[in-house]
Amino acid sequence: MTHFNFESSISKFKNQVDWLSLRFYREKSHSYFVRNEHLEECRTELDQGVMIEVMVNGHLGYAATSDMTTDGIKQAFLRAKKLSTHASAYKAANFTLEQRPPSRGKFQSPYLHRVSTLAAEEILDILMRSSQSLNVSERIVSRYAATEVKETQIQYLSSGGAEWEQELQLVETKFQATAQSQKDTQTRSFGNSVQGGAEVLRNAELIDQCKVTAEESLELLEADNCPTELMDVLLAPDQMQLQIHESIGHPLELDRILGDERNYAGWSFISSDDIGKLQYGSKLLNVVFDPHQENEFASYAFDDTGNPAKFEFLIKDGVLLRGLGSLESQKRLGVPGVANARASSWNRAPIDRMANINLVPGSSTLEEMIASVQKGILLKTNKSWSIDDYRNKFQFGCEYGQLIENGKLTRTVKNPNYRGKTLQFWNSLKAVGSPKTYETYGSPYCGKGEPSQVIRVGHGSPCCLFSNVEVFGGLS
Amino acid sequence: MNFDFFNDESRELLKFISEALFQDLHADESLTVHFRGEDTEYVRWNQSKVRQNTSVLQRNLSFEYHNNGRRLSKSFTAQGVLEWDLITAREMLTEARKEAQALPPDPFLVEFTNHGTSTSEYRGHLLEGEDLIKAIASSAKEVDMAGLYAGGSIATGNRNSKGQNHWFANESFFMDYSLYNQQLAVKSCYADFQWEQNKFNESLNLATQQLEATNRPRKKLAPGNYRAYLAPPAISEIASMFAWGPLSYRAYKNGANALKKLQDKERKLSAQFSLSENFHLGLTPRFNSLGELAPEKMHLIEQGELKQLLVSSRSAKEYNALGNYASSSEAPRSLEIAAGSLSKSKIFKELGTGLYLSNLHYINWSDLQNARITGMTRYACLWVENGEIVAPIEDMRFDVSLFDIFGDGLLGVTDFQEIDPSVDTYFQRNLGGRKLPGMLIRDFNFTL
Repeated sequence: MTHFNFESSISKFKNQVDWLSLRFYREKSHSYFVRNEHLEECRTELDQGVMIEVMVNGHLGYAATSDMTTDGIKQAFLRAKKLSTHASAYKAANFTLEQRPPSRGKFQSPYLHRVSTLAAEEILDILMRSSQSLNVSERIVSRYAATEVKETQIQYLSSGGAEWEQELQLVETKFQATAQSQKDTQTRSFGNSVQGGAEVLRNAELIDQCKVTAEESLELLEADNCPTELMDVLLAPDQMQLQIHESIGHPLELDRILGDERNYAGWSFISSDDIGKLQYGSKLLNVVFDPHQENEFASYAFDDTGNPAKFEFLIKDGVLLRGLGSLESQKRLGVPGVANARASSWNRAPIDRMANINLVPGSSTLEEMIASVQKGILLKTNKSWSIDDYRNKFQFGCEYGQLIENGKLTRTVKNPNYRGKTLQFWNSLKAVGSPKTYETYGSPYCGKGEPSQVIRVGHGSPCCLFSNVEVFGGLS
Repeated sequence: MNFDFFNDESRELLKFISEALFQDLHADESLTVHFRGEDTEYVRWNQSKVRQNTSVLQRNLSFEYHNNGRRLSKSFTAQGVLEWDLITAREMLTEARKEAQALPPDPFLVEFTNHGTSTSEYRGHLLEGEDLIKAIASSAKEVDMAGLYAGGSIATGNRNSKGQNHWFANESFFMDYSLYNQQLAVKSCYADFQWEQNKFNESLNLATQQLEATNRPRKKLAPGNYRAYLAPPAISEIASMFAWGPLSYRAYKNGANALKKLQDKERKLSAQFSLSENFHLGLTPRFNSLGELAPEKMHLIEQGELKQLLVSSRSAKEYNALGNYASSSEAPRSLEIAAGSLSKSKIFKELGTGLYLSNLHYINWSDLQNARITGMTRYACLWVENGEIVAPIEDMRFDVSLFDIFGDGLLGVTDFQEIDPSVDTYFQRNLGGRKLPGMLIRDFNFTL
């Protein structure tokens, strides 16, 4: 038995199909989770395998295997070839090599110190101190501090001449305090997912932020429920990430417009005719696909079909300019897209995914936006999300709300929720925060696809102000 | 790869690696080794054509390692050669020994014990290659179908250094699909261990007939309370929320249990509502990651009263409670909601004027402490007047409390139940499912 060899596998198989590629994916992750100053989990995972993609009669098909012997790769190739040949008689689209560019190059995500320099002792010490910092009162019944650090390598080689590698250093964090009284329970949390090294976790500010977070959970215990009425809503960047993700990112995915997702995640209220014309939001709305934002969670040089990733405006001055679709979807739909054919791992085929979708900062300071509001609410940190399968009617909940009355922040309120319809909501955007209010967040949990995949996404945004939104709270 | 070959190779892999590691253990160490794997054909359909076909062969080994009261876990993808995988496993065991020295003792550690031996293997009869593609494409050529076929072998097992040895494998498939009439749709699923073309055709024919109701113009509803019948797939979507804390004892202790007020007897559910964990359904193995065998059937909510929550052995130790061999997540693995007395023939008559909700979508908590959920209607949801279907509705957002819809608002429960098999394919094709009735509800609150 021998380990497979990239080049010889390509040479051996390339004359049996119209085109093929091999994508090797290896990810080593370490997860630690501390609850109430006790270590709940310490886990290491090594996930690796190979995805073989073949083109037969204009149809693209796949076989993934964790068997990385020469014979294992051969068997996977034969499976991909056999089923794809039969499937090509019933193919949904006809593809050519134009959808598989012969890209070459390397990408390394930025870091100061590799995450592998973090020993178990050091990570545990940081999480234990975080949990202690969350412990500001006997009423904090649950203190949660968790991190996952990952090193990911992707190598890609095709019979068409593509040859590229990408290496990622990733850090995910989550800190949470749950406060409980006789009458109520309230949770406050923070965290992020970024490309970066050990330095992300070594940031001493995390410990201080834990204390603030726990104190805010206690504050919520004493707070009134959020009132129910129409009012202006000022969303902090950690809620904007969810708003952008659900009501801009997903509806813009071209595979949803094409109906590939109809049976699972859903499709979109957008049609291909809307691209280049639709007034998606107010003139203040500018949204970009930015795969090169340093340290943002979903930066890369190539998507998983080898398409070189480029910065693009998706929405400019409120007008929808392009969708989030791969070269395959662009060909099928005849509209512009981006390099976003992405697979969650070695065992999934690439599909249209979000990556870094960012809202471009404007010019309003936070103080100016608050001062402009007669009746409104500042909302922070998502805790609930739901939207229909066309990505139109949404309802989102936040952990923490502060009322704005006559241009000033006044009372803290608990259980704030808001709901609306996508286009109406984005067209009610009346102020966009300056770069000073801009923050970038990432999430490892964007689910989609059949078979299903969770993928990493990043969303940067300033604070944004919306007018006349339906806001409501919990039951008293 | 056929089932026998995949199953035998996978069992041998778990046996070989676990026995070698058990021999390497020192006196103060113990180990449970887990296997999970699949050999699956996934075929994704759009407009009754093949969008993507993906064959996946994957095997994963993991172990939980105990050393002097310390605990950690490791996992890796098996590469296909026993000797290579043993090298990786031994490297990980060496790492585990070193890392364990840096960890504090775990006060809630559940020591491994021998929970016995079990083997369950179910061979199916599936279509392959050209037969598979043709069987679906030819039957669906007259309709606009989107969906996923997933079929093949799934295996899971664990062995521990105390002698425990559990194994579960099956060969099965599902064809989870929806049919479209422009933007309106009907959802269906054909799942079994043996592909029978006439059963798939029957499923398609039934869905096609149901789709006819969507030919009428759609009715736009105003927000407000409506009498509603929720078909079993809609109830299944709501029941999926029971995996997110409402039945978990740990969540109860940590303030994350939406049914806390039921446990604390501040709120009640209807006497018509009973919920159990029922492994008789045969959809998933009884053993959990520790190898513990849960009771065949556990009544969790009986006639509206909470009888017990799911308590893992770890929670039992932490909170000095009585455990019931729940999974580590304390989510139900084989949930059943009991049938009632509403017969199928009386559903529309009892509904009278209101909504027939076939499916719901994207449910989340809107107020967890009050068990309030929000979500959307999806697929063929219908407006009914005087027991007659009038029109499909435009999708509506709802916001309701479980205490209301399963409490005073629960008017009737059907005398039949349907199995909703798991079509979860995150990371790998997963086992499981739920058995659910339909329910008639007095005030289902729509907000948008």
